[in-house]
Amino acid sequence: MLAYIVRRLLYAIPILIGVNLITFALFFIVNTPDDMARMQLGVKRVTPEAIAQWKTERGYDRPLFVNAAAGGVAALTDTIFFQKSARMFVGDFGRAEDGRDIAREIATRMGPSLAIALPTFVLGLFVAISFALTLAFFRATAFDVWGVVLCVAAMSVSGLFYIIGGQYLFSKVWRLVPISGFGDGLDAWRFLVLPVAIGVVAGIGASTRWYRTIFLEEVSKDYVRTARAKGLPETVVFFRHILRNALIPILTGVVVVIPTLFMGSLLTESFFGIPGLGSYTIDAINAQDFAVVRSMVFIGSVLYIVGLILTDISYTLVDPRIRFQ
Amino acid sequence: MRDFQIVILWSDVLVWLLLAAGIGVGVLIARSPPLLAAWRRVSANRIGMAAAIVLLAFIGVGLLDSLHYRPALESESRQERGQERQYAVEVLSLLDLLAIPLRTKNEKTYSAPFATRLYAMETLEVPGLGTVREFPRLKYGGSHLGEREDAVFADAGLTALRVGALAMLGWLALAGAAALAVGGWQTGGAWVGGWRRIWRGETAFAWNAVLATLAVILLVALPLFALAGQYHVFGTDKVGQDVLYQILKSVRTALIIGLVTTLVMLPLAVLLGIVAGYFRGWVDDLIQYLYTVLNSIPSVLLIAAAVLMMQVVIDTHPQWFATAAERADLRLLALCFILGIMSWTSLCRLLRGETLKLRELEYIQAAQAFGVSSWRIILRHILPNLMHIVIISLVMDFSSLVLAEAVLSYVGVGVDPSMTSFGTMINNARMELGREPVVWWSLAAAFAAMFLLVLAANLFADAVRDAFDPRVA
Repeated sequence: MLAYIVRRLLYAIPILIGVNLITFALFFIVNTPDDMARMQLGVKRVTPEAIAQWKTERGYDRPLFVNAAAGGVAALTDTIFFQKSARMFVGDFGRAEDGRDIAREIATRMGPSLAIALPTFVLGLFVAISFALTLAFFRATAFDVWGVVLCVAAMSVSGLFYIIGGQYLFSKVWRLVPISGFGDGLDAWRFLVLPVAIGVVAGIGASTRWYRTIFLEEVSKDYVRTARAKGLPETVVFFRHILRNALIPILTGVVVVIPTLFMGSLLTESFFGIPGLGSYTIDAINAQDFAVVRSMVFIGSVLYIVGLILTDISYTLVDPRIRFQ
Repeated sequence: MRDFQIVILWSDVLVWLLLAAGIGVGVLIARSPPLLAAWRRVSANRIGMAAAIVLLAFIGVGLLDSLHYRPALESESRQERGQERQYAVEVLSLLDLLAIPLRTKNEKTYSAPFATRLYAMETLEVPGLGTVREFPRLKYGGSHLGEREDAVFADAGLTALRVGALAMLGWLALAGAAALAVGGWQTGGAWVGGWRRIWRGETAFAWNAVLATLAVILLVALPLFALAGQYHVFGTDKVGQDVLYQILKSVRTALIIGLVTTLVMLPLAVLLGIVAGYFRGWVDDLIQYLYTVLNSIPSVLLIAAAVLMMQVVIDTHPQWFATAAERADLRLLALCFILGIMSWTSLCRLLRGETLKLRELEYIQAAQAFGVSSWRIILRHILPNLMHIVIISLVMDFSSLVLAEAVLSYVGVGVDPSMTSFGTMINNARMELGREPVVWWSLAAAFAAMFLLVLAANLFADAVRDAFDPRVA
């Protein structure tokens, strides 16, 4: 098992290097630092001196890959690629346009992001599995058919509608919870209820339908027929046999998103004014803060790859046959 | 010397190319019995066909909006002097021509649906009374009523009823034609039998669903457009533009995002997926590495990064674009391109897995033993057996792309802000729920139109999947 995990971890390294190269190419080669400087400084103040100063302040005045002027190791380290891209591997993300340290900002904003994303994920999973199980239990009846139609309808509604509509109804018309903001400690729950509820509702259509097909696949298997033939009541067949077996593909399927929960949700956080990583990213995109966007791309990829590794591990935990392939 | 100058935007070219490709694929399908059988199953699905009709209506609007021209500027003196005609900077489409009352009848600011007065109080000078604060009368909305402002309901109802009756007549003609087609021409009175079979749902083609959907569309759309000439049926937005007009313009943007993107991702996904699965070895490793890397970057962030970069390129090269429409158009296509680069990975993975299974089957091994070349095997024996996966995923992706456009435009990395789309409409209107009194109509109309389009696409996708997926069938 340990060897397997090590192998998976080693496999992640070339992928991370690939991500790093793609972001580097996108941010420094497709667009030169001169272009970025012009964009940031605006049309009025663009003089060659201003651009040069902007680049020096941010360390973008180095060569891309090889610094011929510096000798020895510095020829490779005193470059944009090494300073800006390669150092992300050790958690050094540099500074944002407003001069703050990006790594520290990320560390403080992770908490609020998780406070929204984790309850949304757990509750959403629970609700969707319950709904899907109910639909599968009443399969091929009118209840099932209309349930699926409802799921499709719920999937077809824009996620923005749930947020805007929910905020309008619950916060503005009924004044049950604050419209936006975030509090410290236990006081935060008032701010969290609505975004979490909206997140659960918004995701319910697609996941219920997905889990329902998994349940239905399980229902048609031989061991279910055996269980019925033994004379077990339908409820026992469902909760003791089908539910447990269907949970394997469901849970291993959602493992991959668990690490990315740290990234928070772009939409929810920016609508509800939650100081998490999602709103940080949106602000960075709107302010065209390339350093922050670059860092978030990198962190997101790292978390996704961690998710992939966790998925592989969870597969081997449920099905030991995979480990030896 | 013409009255207009035809403008061919890049996205127009792609739209018509897509239409041509669609017709081409249709011809190919008609030649391949298994695919034809699958499409017959789709055409028997009532919900699927109803959804298809709605989609066709949207596509019709999109196509009308994809023929662009620049009208000539009115200047008679110049013509007399025999000078070149000047054309307006504004690029219009055939849809704009048809919707002239919607496009030109702009009010000052917000007005509610079917309103005759503005939504905001203004200080007016009334002769004899001095200054009065009141809701000013709309310039165009219900202006034909004159002083009888309270008659809006009766007037609109009457118009709707009249046009609705006309629509019903048109529909009856269509239904009669359908009955004739089902019953056959030759025997007298056969159309009655045809009609009965349609009514009872005994036809192989889901005629009853198609006719019912057509009836609803005609009964809603025609009165709506008749009324749109006299009222602002969905109200007006902040700058007084008709919301219905914006909705119609948004349709093309949504369709382009949903369809052109698939045009970008399809060749990548199909080629790389089959090659990886068929040749295995280092090719497979390389392609797998490629899509794992792309997949692991959070898609919204990569799109945001790419769009930001593209914006820098566009901003630094203003000389490339003659009109603002061309710039917005290029940005739209670039967005499609970026979305396509992002979204080929999942289809590629599916196709690779399926190819791995297929290449072990006997008929492929027989072809290999006969010495058929690899590319020929791929083209003749593997690709046709993957078509169901391709078709299913294309139809499924469409709706998610339309939804994604709204989110991306909200984040600020979607289409050009000057281009009308569901995303920009929602983005402009979302603060309006916060004002007092509430302005709800633009938001509601945008969400409703988007819901209708995406729901139709989802239901159609379900019908296609049911018909094509061998596991379900």
